[in-house]
Amino acid sequence: MLSLTLLSITLIALMVSFRKDRERTKKALLLSYRSFMTLVPSLLGMTGLVGLVLALIPQDLLGNLFMFHGIAGFVLIAVVGAIVTMPAPVAFPLAGSLLKLGASLPALAAFITTLTMVGLVTAPMEMAYFGKRFTIVRQSLSFILAILIGILMGVFL
Amino acid sequence: MMKRINKYRLFATILTIDLVLTLFDTKLAQLSATKSLVFLIEVLIIVPPVMVLMGLIDVWVPKKLVEDNLGPASGARGSALALLLGSAAAGPLYAAFPIALSLRKKGARLSNIAIFLGTWATIKIPMILMESSFIGIRFALLRLAFTIPGVLGVGFLMERVVPANIFPDKPFPVEHA
Repeated sequence: MLSLTLLSITLIALMVSFRKDRERTKKALLLSYRSFMTLVPSLLGMTGLVGLVLALIPQDLLGNLFMFHGIAGFVLIAVVGAIVTMPAPVAFPLAGSLLKLGASLPALAAFITTLTMVGLVTAPMEMAYFGKRFTIVRQSLSFILAILIGILMGVFL
Repeated sequence: MMKRINKYRLFATILTIDLVLTLFDTKLAQLSATKSLVFLIEVLIIVPPVMVLMGLIDVWVPKKLVEDNLGPASGARGSALALLLGSAAAGPLYAAFPIALSLRKKGARLSNIAIFLGTWATIKIPMILMESSFIGIRFALLRLAFTIPGVLGVGFLMERVVPANIFPDKPFPVEHA
């Protein structure tokens, strides 16, 4: 249902844009194609990994792993998210599959935030651009923010 | 070329494991491949339209205007623009680093740079639909409502904690906050 909404919105936007400016729309599509292609390796890797894990590890065992909704499970998921950085279009489906396994929504909110904002793996790259101090402060503050968002989601959801 | 192969490392590893698994337990390997494929299709229905939307935003949002309004005196308008600019873009966070650096060189405030990076990473208007379809619309909107002030807060805190002259190549005069 939502994907249908998404598809119609995209088509309408595309038609309006095409009517207004052909060249610009072509440029937009080229940009979209390029950003999609850069996502392909991680999308393939992520879906492959999720399928393999789901097949190898019995569903209830995985469920148990994510079921401890207490502070330990919450922090664990947030820390896992902080190790790698993923683009949002890869992070959401991954979070969706964790939800199906029984992960709690507050933990997922923290997970998505650390997954997209904090990345120990990409930290050296960020340091090369902005220096150590900027990187460390930004990543630590973002991690704290992720925890806060998770807690707030738990209160309001 | 090596970089390209490197990017497919995870997928190649999974594929190898699946193939080896086929020799020992064909059923399990099939199950794994089917689950991956179903998931991949689910993802592929949603990702391409999102990418098209982001491409459209990218070409229709006047960049020049935004770049000119992120400076030290930009205040709330600058923060709002940094938010908009970050949420309109496509790509992983590390794709934002060179753009953020060029904004910084053009004189953007440190807080605006941090806000730009934060929004780029985690807030995307077209992504709200994607987040809604994979998790839930209430979840997506609530997370957005907490993330926007959060990212702004991180931006302003950073400006207080990080000295303005710490950037590696110091391309601009030091501002005294």
